[in-house]
Amino acid sequence: MNTLKYQSQAVAKPYFVFAMILFVGQILFGLLMGLQYVVGDIVGGLIPFNVARMVHTNLLIVWLLFGFMGAAYYLVPEEAETELHSPKLAIALFWIFAAAGVATILGYLLVPYATLAHITGNDLWPTMGREFLEQPTITKIGIVVVALGFLYNLGMTILKGRKTAINMVMMTGLIGLAVFFLFAFYNPTNLALDKYFWWFVVHLWVEGVWELIMGAILAFVLIKVTGVDREVIEKWLYVIIAMALISGILGTGHHFYWLMTPAYWQWVGSIFSAIEPLPFFAMVLYAFNMVNRRRREHPNKAATLWALGTSVMAFLGAGVWGFLHTLAPVNYYTHGTQITAAHGHMAFYGAYAMIVMTIMSYAMPKLRGVGEANCNRAQVVEMWGFWLMTVGMVFITLFLTGAGVLQVWLQRLPESGEALSFMATQDKLAIFYWLREIAGVVFLLGLIAYLTSFFVKEKKAA
Amino acid sequence: MSERFTKGMARNIYYGGSIFFFLIFLALTFHTTKEMPKRDHRENITESVVRGKALWEDNNCIGCHTLIGEGAYFAPELANVYDRRGGEAGFKAFFNGWMKAQPLNIPGRRQMPQFNLNDQEIDDLAEFLKWTSEMDDNNWPPNIEG
Repeated sequence: MNTLKYQSQAVAKPYFVFAMILFVGQILFGLLMGLQYVVGDIVGGLIPFNVARMVHTNLLIVWLLFGFMGAAYYLVPEEAETELHSPKLAIALFWIFAAAGVATILGYLLVPYATLAHITGNDLWPTMGREFLEQPTITKIGIVVVALGFLYNLGMTILKGRKTAINMVMMTGLIGLAVFFLFAFYNPTNLALDKYFWWFVVHLWVEGVWELIMGAILAFVLIKVTGVDREVIEKWLYVIIAMALISGILGTGHHFYWLMTPAYWQWVGSIFSAIEPLPFFAMVLYAFNMVNRRRREHPNKAATLWALGTSVMAFLGAGVWGFLHTLAPVNYYTHGTQITAAHGHMAFYGAYAMIVMTIMSYAMPKLRGVGEANCNRAQVVEMWGFWLMTVGMVFITLFLTGAGVLQVWLQRLPESGEALSFMATQDKLAIFYWLREIAGVVFLLGLIAYLTSFFVKEKKAA
Repeated sequence: MSERFTKGMARNIYYGGSIFFFLIFLALTFHTTKEMPKRDHRENITESVVRGKALWEDNNCIGCHTLIGEGAYFAPELANVYDRRGGEAGFKAFFNGWMKAQPLNIPGRRQMPQFNLNDQEIDDLAEFLKWTSEMDDNNWPPNIEG
């Protein structure tokens, strides 16, 4: 049963499918790293921790990008009320991006990183070896090419169609994503400058323009599943992203406390990042309000669950866990501990992994020709996936927070001479790391349930 | 309230507010980069420090360690390792021995890989870590353990 409004929306499907394949890889490498935290020498010679981590974080970033692209290809034509400018270009870019992504990950796994840097000419234009920006320069150039083609395709679509607020916000977010990525090519020999502008990619992505993308996707799904008036939903979308950027841009300052920067950043960063939880709290109120005021009963209950879930988990992970260590006097002690890891895990899952699964949950039944929604049995399995992954992530975050608090207590708070060394502290945290690993296994079970739900069919009547 | 507060007003707050705060951000960034030379001691960036930073990157050290609190949380902070492991008197000797002893192969302990750096490269990396340790990062970390 074909329920797609515009046939070119179908190009979103390979993006979503490939995103899920990468997601599985990300989680498997995450479990490996979790184990390396407690059994340090496990497969150490074969897959050193730094390689596993690079694969884990890069797979996350790339699958989210695939998810955002799939979301854009799905929602932009529907919002613009016209077919996508060029479905062929979208498919071509899919294969280019997928091939570049796979080649890069294989490069990480098959040769030592220094060899990869050497054979990809990193000495000619060094951009590698910085956290999250480990990709060879040639891959980075490929990402820019794919992004340009992608933005061209969407831009042309919007130009000839309806310019809704959702489309404009989505487009601004995606353009911002591409523009700020350009700072990945700036790698001065002065570490002080390098670190400062590195945050122009990392912070202005996840606490800036990505929030626009998240807001636009959430607004789109809420309109679809609740039937609430577009004017109302778009108004609150603007309010939320206004708060997000007004707090988030100067909130970048919370990364500048301990760089070679003037001390006023400790005030600017503390004040503005203290406001950063607000847009996420507003998002919770907004999502629940819209669902309560719904004018239709959409058969896709799972999509509604994801939409509500992402708002709550983004608020907890990005908002609450971010605030926990964002004030400069606190951050002085917590910076670069397991507290940061705890926050990073829940924030990425809540805000970005879940928003991609929200749009997938809504769009995949239509993309696969199933109809408005999956059958009830499939939705029940999908909801099992939702709860197991979400509860798993809550416990991962709690155990890492426990580890972080103890780490700060043992290693950071005492004076020099009394404080435990890093490695001695890590030994004391082992119980938390073991529990985190168990929570990680629960997360994997949730992911398996989630993926299984795509294959569950209604029982045939006897 | 919801009637009087329109979508248009919300949109204007979004565009106006974002642009306003982004301009402030750019102005502060401009000021910060002007102030930075006093704190990063860039006059001490020698050829050796530059090579050391390239080695730091080419071997993905940030994949396990933190440097001024940023990176992975699997292995010790290295922005102050120069001070922690001997400083002027003993760091270079310690560091050369340390790099050559890897992996330590202590059962169950986290393993640092062997990067096969020669003496010149180890010295460059040490110079990079020394320069890093001398930057003014607003007095972080709280103690010598990093």
